[in-house]
Amino acid sequence: MSEKKKALKAAFPHTIPVLTGYLFIGIAFGVLLQDKGYHFGWAILMSACIFAGSMQFVAISLLTGGFNLLNTVVMTLMVNARHIFYGLAMLDKFKGMGKKKPYMIFSLSDETFSLLCSAKPPEGVHEKWFQFFIALLDQLYWIAGSALGGLLGAAMHFNTKGIDFVMTALFVVIFLDQWKAADNHLPALVGFFGSALCLLLFGPQNFIIPSMILIVLILTVFRRPMEKEERP
Amino acid sequence: MTLTASESMIIILTIAAVTFLTRALPFLLFPDHRETPKYIAYLGKVLPYAIIGMLVVYCLKETTLTVMPFGIPELIAVTAVVLLHTWKHNTLLSIAGGTLLYMLMVQFVFV
Repeated sequence: MSEKKKALKAAFPHTIPVLTGYLFIGIAFGVLLQDKGYHFGWAILMSACIFAGSMQFVAISLLTGGFNLLNTVVMTLMVNARHIFYGLAMLDKFKGMGKKKPYMIFSLSDETFSLLCSAKPPEGVHEKWFQFFIALLDQLYWIAGSALGGLLGAAMHFNTKGIDFVMTALFVVIFLDQWKAADNHLPALVGFFGSALCLLLFGPQNFIIPSMILIVLILTVFRRPMEKEERP
Repeated sequence: MTLTASESMIIILTIAAVTFLTRALPFLLFPDHRETPKYIAYLGKVLPYAIIGMLVVYCLKETTLTVMPFGIPELIAVTAVVLLHTWKHNTLLSIAGGTLLYMLMVQFVFV
C-alpha cells in the first residue's frame, strides 16, 4: 500500500464523529442558505473557500442584511478570533508540512483543530499525510453536507432539532481524552472556568475575546504551576 | 437574495480572506526558520487544553439557565456523554448516545 493510501486509511476512523456532525450541520447550513435564495452552488462555494462553521451561519445574516464590507470584516474578526489560538498551538505540529502547510492552515476549523490535537497516527504511518487527510476529509464532509442541504432545501421532513449537540458531545469527548492524557489539569480547568466566567459576565455574543484574554493572562501569570508535573 | 450576485461574491470572498488571516496570523508572526520564542512555545503547549475547555463552553453558550428548561437537557446529555465515555471509551458511542438523548429530550420532553 502506498504511503498516502495508508495514511488516508488510518485517518478516516478518527474523522467519523466529525463526518456525522459536519453532514448534519452542513445540511442545516445549506437549507438555511437556500431559504434565503442562494442555491446549492453558493453553499458549495462558501464551504470550499471559507470553511468555518459558525462563521458561515453568521455569513447568512451578512448576506441578507445589505452590502456592508466593514461590518463583514469586523464580524469575521470577532467570530474567528479564537482561530489565532489554534495557529499558536499548531506552530510546532505544522513544521515540516512542506507544500501541505498552506492548506493545513486554511482548513484549521474547530473540529479539525481538536482532532489534530488528539489523534495520533499508528506505527508506520506518515504523520504529516495522516494529519493532512484528517483536514481534507473533514472539509469534504462539510462541503458535501452543505451541498446536500442546499439540494434538499425545504423538502426535508425529519425533525433535526437538537442535532447540533453532536459538536458539543465531540468537544466533551475530546476534553475527557485530553484530561486523561494530561498530567497537569490546570490549563483545561483555566479554559473551562475562565470562559464560563466570561460568558456569565459578557453574555453569549461577546464573551469569546474576553475569554481569550483572560485565559492567556492566567496562563502567563501562573506559568510555573501550569508547567509543573509535565516534566517527569 | 437581497444582494446582487457580485455583491454576494465580494462578501463571501472577504469573509474567506479574513478567516484565513485569523488562521494564518501565528504562522506569519513566527515562521518556521526562526526559533519560536520560549513563551510562545509554552502557550502553544498549554493552549490546546485550555481551548477545548473554552469550546465546550462555546457550544453551550445559548443554554438558558433562568427560564424553562433551565439547561436541564444540556446537563443530562453532557453527563450522559461523560458517563458513557468513562465507561466504554468509545468515541462514536459517546457522541451518538449523547446526541440522540439530547434530541429526544428537546423534541419530546422539554418542548
